[in-house]
Amino acid sequence: MKSFIPREVETLWTLFTAPTVWALHFVVCYAAVAIFCAKGLAEEITFGTLRFALGVFTLLALAMIVLSAYLAWRQWGFGSGDPPHDAATREDRKYFQGFATLLLSGLSFVAVVYAAIPLIFIAECQR
Amino acid sequence: MNDDRLAASGRPIRSGPSLGRHGVCRRHHLLLFVFPPLASCSGAQSALDPAGPEAAGVATLFYTMLIGGIVIWCGVVGLLFYAARKRRAHSTKSAGQLVLWGGAVFPTVVLAALLTYAVWLMPVMRPWFQDDASGMRRIEVTGEQFWWRVRYLGEDSGPVFETANEVRIPVGERVVFLLKSPDVIHSFWIPVLGGKMDMIPGRENRLTLVAEKPGTYRGVCAEFCGPSHALMAFTVHAMEPRAYEAWLSARKNSSGADAEGLALFLRHGCAACHAISGTEARGTIGPDLTAFGERGSVGAGSLANTAEHIARFIRYPDGVKPEVRMPHFSMLPDADVERIAAYLKGLR
Repeated sequence: MKSFIPREVETLWTLFTAPTVWALHFVVCYAAVAIFCAKGLAEEITFGTLRFALGVFTLLALAMIVLSAYLAWRQWGFGSGDPPHDAATREDRKYFQGFATLLLSGLSFVAVVYAAIPLIFIAECQR
Repeated sequence: MNDDRLAASGRPIRSGPSLGRHGVCRRHHLLLFVFPPLASCSGAQSALDPAGPEAAGVATLFYTMLIGGIVIWCGVVGLLFYAARKRRAHSTKSAGQLVLWGGAVFPTVVLAALLTYAVWLMPVMRPWFQDDASGMRRIEVTGEQFWWRVRYLGEDSGPVFETANEVRIPVGERVVFLLKSPDVIHSFWIPVLGGKMDMIPGRENRLTLVAEKPGTYRGVCAEFCGPSHALMAFTVHAMEPRAYEAWLSARKNSSGADAEGLALFLRHGCAACHAISGTEARGTIGPDLTAFGERGSVGAGSLANTAEHIARFIRYPDGVKPEVRMPHFSMLPDADVERIAAYLKGLR
């Protein structure tokens, strides 16, 4: 795994991966249901199909966030040192960023789960 | 009893419980000092005193959240006392564990459970019925500035008759409210029966409600709509089905008698905006005044319905409801205003 994903990806960009996935998941879920209901697509595909598709998309998003969390954990040295990592060294900057990315991944994971919970209970389009 | 007191003071009615279940507030005066929140739990405008399944769902959700909130608050305050009295410091590791489990995992799980519970409860709080399959009684309510135009629709969707600031529904029968607005956004809310629904210009929103207990309730505008937003209320009468049918047929045939009062009403131009069924008054700009004497209030919940208040409203509507659309009629002779007020109060 260590060699499979090179350490070069550990830039500031990894920090944004999980929140970006969260944002994308949020937009896709809301837009998909809104378009499905506004355009009256219920005659072509059932709401169950849409629910299933968004469920699969949710699992993909969660997997992506877990991967991002793993990379962050690795960048953090698998928890070998404790925060706050505030020394003015290259090593500490790396650990700090890894730890921040890990926390953001956790937040994004929970947010994606929360955004998906209504999918289980929405019964149909109203109007 | 309450209305008499209000009539004497002449102040606008601003709190809900004054209309409707008289005496409810008075009984709770002692409680008010003992435990303030309890005193506001019952009444004509309390979501915690539900008379329909939707409002019962809201109340259940509220109590669940309240009890959960109290438990968590006690826990947090307990921890605070513990932290303040504790002499020996904990290790950094155990403090970190507390932050992780108590500060991150616990709130996440609790919030997930609450979110799931609230979303699960939604079909109860806002049930949905198909347009065509329903065949339910329909009432169209339009939010005006600052009153409610209420039209009872017939089988063919055409209005059978119109009234204002008062909604009557039969007990035990689900009713569809078609909610509209010509200019600004209002929100239709009968707390005792269910949640609120916005009235948005250009749209027709649908809300279905059912009253399970007969009674007189109070509805309000729940979206800021202008200077008199707080003075935009209406009365809801949940009636036994037989009494409701009797009222419907009586209302279809009601007419304004009293030749002199009506003549003054017409001569001074009131009919340009107001209608009274069975007379030449057919204005549609302002509230329909048919059977006005039966209404619970003057000016959409602003004043108790007495002849004095009607006269006061006719003279200076703006003094009672800021920026109301009705012009003042203080130039009319006092005797004429009082005659018209008495005529309106006598309308059945």
